[in-house]
Amino acid sequence: MSNNISTSRPFVQVDGLAKTYRAGQPPVFEHVDFTIARGEFICIIGHSGCGKSTILNVLAGLERASAGTVIMDGREVAGPGLDRGVVFQSHALLPWLTVEGNIAFAVKSRHPGWSAAQVSAHGARFIDMVGLTSAARKKPVELSGGMKQRVGIARAFAVEPKMLLLDEPFGALDALTRGVIQDELLAICAATRQTVFMITHDVDEAILLADRIFLMSNGPQARIAEIVTNTLPRSRTRATIHHDPQFYPLRNHLVDFLLRRSKNVQQAGINATDLTLFTTDLEPT
Amino acid sequence: MHMQLRLKAALLSLLMLLVLVGIWQIATAQRAAAPVATMSAEEAEYAALMGQAPPAAAAPAPDKIDGFPSPIQFARIAAGHLANPFYDRGPNDKGVGIQLAHSLLRVSMGFLLAMLVAIPLGFVIGMSPLLYRAIDPFIQVLKPISPLAWMPIALYTIKDSSVSGIFVIFICSIWPMLINTAFGVAGVRRDWLNVARTLEVSRLRLAFLVILPAAAPTIITGMRISMGIAWLVIVAAEMLIGGNGIGYFLWNEWNNLSLANVLFAVLMIGLVGMALDLMFAALQRKVTYVE
Repeated sequence: MSNNISTSRPFVQVDGLAKTYRAGQPPVFEHVDFTIARGEFICIIGHSGCGKSTILNVLAGLERASAGTVIMDGREVAGPGLDRGVVFQSHALLPWLTVEGNIAFAVKSRHPGWSAAQVSAHGARFIDMVGLTSAARKKPVELSGGMKQRVGIARAFAVEPKMLLLDEPFGALDALTRGVIQDELLAICAATRQTVFMITHDVDEAILLADRIFLMSNGPQARIAEIVTNTLPRSRTRATIHHDPQFYPLRNHLVDFLLRRSKNVQQAGINATDLTLFTTDLEPT
Repeated sequence: MHMQLRLKAALLSLLMLLVLVGIWQIATAQRAAAPVATMSAEEAEYAALMGQAPPAAAAPAPDKIDGFPSPIQFARIAAGHLANPFYDRGPNDKGVGIQLAHSLLRVSMGFLLAMLVAIPLGFVIGMSPLLYRAIDPFIQVLKPISPLAWMPIALYTIKDSSVSGIFVIFICSIWPMLINTAFGVAGVRRDWLNVARTLEVSRLRLAFLVILPAAAPTIITGMRISMGIAWLVIVAAEMLIGGNGIGYFLWNEWNNLSLANVLFAVLMIGLVGMALDLMFAALQRKVTYVE
């Protein structure tokens, strides 16, 4: 992992990103700079209103930043595209299509020249990947919340994007379902070496999934206050992670940030580069 | 439980029908008995002088009905019409099936033309807030105009009365379809459009595979409203333009003072209107989705 990060040209480079919704108002966030390496799993945490979703939408190309640039794989991100897959918080499945149909819609968009058999075979692989083969012919309304979100994940993976963007995908799920899908996502990402940028509110989720965790100070004028490298081994699983001696110190560090420091950083109005024992790879902000 | 409710409702409907027919029977039976009793000697003599058989000897012809028919008389007339709906004995004597077919043809042609204009135009103004605002005043002014008010303008410019009828159907069907299409298209969930954007879906696929299915229930609702109005209007339009059609038939029978035929035409208009509505209801069920 670490040798990937140290390559000369980062896979994703974000410079000086800022967003102002109304002229005269302070920006929601500003001076947001970070890089993401290929194959890295990033979680971003922050209180509501700090602009996490906006940052994700800018990466997706669905929204424009007021300032700053996003460069992915050597090209500037100027609009939405198939090289970035998005999993929406509200799953955003087309309700008149079956699970198969929803996946096929994405696959056909990626490969317009494919035959129906190719599209369906490719789609079936990803439906199987999230364990929904038996529900492939069902409409979204017949699925539980967790199953719908799995379809959303399968759809995003099915276009085989260079980067996957997840906007708080498990926020609406109950804790048990969330755990199961987290494990699945972890396994799929480990197998596919997928680059992921994910918004979450759940500190435990971030520790389980992320290689690095971006902590945002409160908005307005939010910024990325800390970048915490997850020092837990990548072989972590939900069942054993809380026995790791580094788990609780890391968790406490993140929770402390959310409860106290996120506010202080905003009040200080400066870039707090708060180095801690967990941040082995802190980037200049 | 559900079946039981439906059965009960059907029985209640039947009971209501029987009560209505009963009232009809009583009302017409009293009146039918009246004229014979009140005819004075002078009136009888006058009738004889006019070459009419004296009423006492007159056995009323089975298909000759004075005034409002009784339910039995009506049933007999209706059975006669339904036994031979497609005969054609010249311009003033056509089967009711032929008349209804003329009306349905006019309605479907006007409706189809309205669809061809309203749905694409609705798509465009639904997707463009600028055009929506620009076209809205025209819609607001034209929408409340009674379709029949267009009739003189249509007759003058088109000249052909039958085509004018189609135009009137066109102009009255267009508004609900246009407004509902625009509303449905403008209201497509942002998430679905965003999904399409991230998948780089072409504009044509976006229109047909995302926006159309998403807006279809609203569009079909507009079509259903339009069809209801078109069927209301065709009867009135045909009374004006004449020639053929169920509206013309109805007015012709009124001029003949054949209330049984008028009543039959009214019933047929209702039944056909219901059938048209059921058709669109079935279509609506087909395209409706649950989120």
